[in-house]
Amino acid sequence: IPVSVICFPQQNYPLYIRSIPTENELKFHYTVHTSLDVVDEKISAMGKALVDQRELYLGLLYPTEDYKVYGYVTNSKVKFVMVVDSSNTALRDNEIRSMFRKLHNSYTDIMCNPFYNPGDRIHSRAFDNMVNSMMMQVC
Amino acid sequence: ATAATAAAGSTAGSTAGTGGLLLPLSESEQQRYSELFSRCCPPPEAAAAGGSSSSSSSVGELFRASQLPPDTLHQITEVCGAKRVGYFGPAQFYIALKLIAAAQSGFPVRIESIKNELPLPRFMVLKNDSEVRYGTPAELHGVKFQVPHATLEKKSYKRTDEGDKQEPKSPPMSPICSPPASPSTYQRIPLSYGYGKSRSGLEQQHGAPYEVRHSTHQQDGPSSGNYGAKPAVACSTLNQSLSAEREQQDSSAHYSDDPWRITEEQRDYYINQFRSLQPDLNSFISGSSVAKNFFTKSKLPIPELSHIWELSDVDCDGALTLPEFCAAFHLVVARKNGYQLPEALPETLLPEYLQAASLKPMRGCALFESYSESLPGGQQTRDFSRTEKASAEEVPDNPALLQDAKKDEKQALKVNTALKMIPKEFQHLTVKTAAQESNALRARPRSRSYSSTSIEDAMKKGEEPPTPPPRPQKSHSRASSLDLNKIFQQSTQ
Repeated sequence: IPVSVICFPQQNYPLYIRSIPTENELKFHYTVHTSLDVVDEKISAMGKALVDQRELYLGLLYPTEDYKVYGYVTNSKVKFVMVVDSSNTALRDNEIRSMFRKLHNSYTDIMCNPFYNPGDRIHSRAFDNMVNSMMMQVC
Repeated sequence: ATAATAAAGSTAGSTAGTGGLLLPLSESEQQRYSELFSRCCPPPEAAAAGGSSSSSSSVGELFRASQLPPDTLHQITEVCGAKRVGYFGPAQFYIALKLIAAAQSGFPVRIESIKNELPLPRFMVLKNDSEVRYGTPAELHGVKFQVPHATLEKKSYKRTDEGDKQEPKSPPMSPICSPPASPSTYQRIPLSYGYGKSRSGLEQQHGAPYEVRHSTHQQDGPSSGNYGAKPAVACSTLNQSLSAEREQQDSSAHYSDDPWRITEEQRDYYINQFRSLQPDLNSFISGSSVAKNFFTKSKLPIPELSHIWELSDVDCDGALTLPEFCAAFHLVVARKNGYQLPEALPETLLPEYLQAASLKPMRGCALFESYSESLPGGQQTRDFSRTEKASAEEVPDNPALLQDAKKDEKQALKVNTALKMIPKEFQHLTVKTAAQESNALRARPRSRSYSSTSIEDAMKKGEEPPTPPPRPQKSHSRASSLDLNKIFQQSTQ
């Protein structure tokens, strides 16, 4: 169950932020922001356009809490970062991938909306609904 | 006084059924509230001129009659928003009445309390005339509630214009007036009745069609004006002339109460608009350039337009087919008339529904007696099957229609106003042959949308009874034998 989902464009500012527990949200934001560095590192290392990457097992970074941060990059360098609670060990890799795919599809749908300017914050209700359903589904 | 109140006070034909977006008011509540409001209201003539907000003294009297402690009343005044806006418009008044009922039932004075079912507020000290009115609710029954709705419209425009969409105390847009899409209220109204005159009076007064400027707040409202506004938002003199008609139409109004249901005239109008942007009815309007500019002209705020697009572009392809366009346009219209946008696309606006419905024979020629100048035939289907004749007639007719301000239908108004904005496209209306269009229309929608063949059958069935459809002599754009088989099967049935 994603605890937090954040979406960044190439310029690395957040287009969309959604977290479940509203307390300590800042901590998630900070973590996600630091994880961007790792994302960029991996992108440059790969060289080609990469579709899906799992990254940042942060299990050890914060011994008190355990959560994992996953990343996903689209061909247009739009990054999706997802924070999941490690205690939910039932969450498997392909589930994470499918969640990213859903995010990517919803993002594409938003792009189709002529009233959306790329680079704007995402206010789409459809996108919100999708993220909510994703976050709730494993709850 | 009773005549005025009888005109101004009314009940709505529809109750709180049209969606949970609006503050639900039951029949009796609506009756009572409108009575109370009209009692506190200045006379309709003054209301028309100066906005129908209640004088605070009579409202204060009424509130005191509720026998609630004064600090509760203060709280109510604050919560309903009257303190904020400075007067009791109908929205605030209704909320206040609901809050009074809540307080009298022992609930705290908060907006959440009024979302529940509540008994009517009780007022101990009643004036004689109001008692008389309460005693004869029959005379108010069936009369539409126009005046407060007028200001409700204005409020919603104001809020829209201010971009204040997070207004928690958004006006109780209970469908106290039949929704704009309601066909029965507009179709059978004879053109000569007083409304047209009063509207043209309004036009002169305000210098723009349909802008309800008689509001106490400085409503520039150019947006709503340009794109057409609800015709019911006019001075209350029209109530009296309309009340008789409305009563008869109430009984059949249940079908049309749904504001998300597109009426025939609206559909025709939308189709014409679509044609002006894209002559081929089976193709689509590209989102990024054409549709965006078109809908931007409605002057709705971009986030709302974005949401409307999201709702109506069902296949998310960045382009609008005809049914998607109709849905989008309808949502724009509804929004301009104050309805909150739904979270999900209503069933009656789904493309499959619209396509299936588009060729059903509708409720008879009576619907079109007021619209017949622009359409040759009486029925929707004829529009498609006789477009060759229609197009030739439409082009000269529609400009006449446009300048003719005698229609009160909002559709016609929008034709009036919207076409002022896009006159060029409209005059370039191309005349297509009927056969081609009707064939393409019948064959294509099946391919375009994900509608099943049953919808196509429904469409064909719909076309059969009223007039023999033109045989597809010409080869249509997709020379698929499957199409021809379907058509011939249908014709042999």
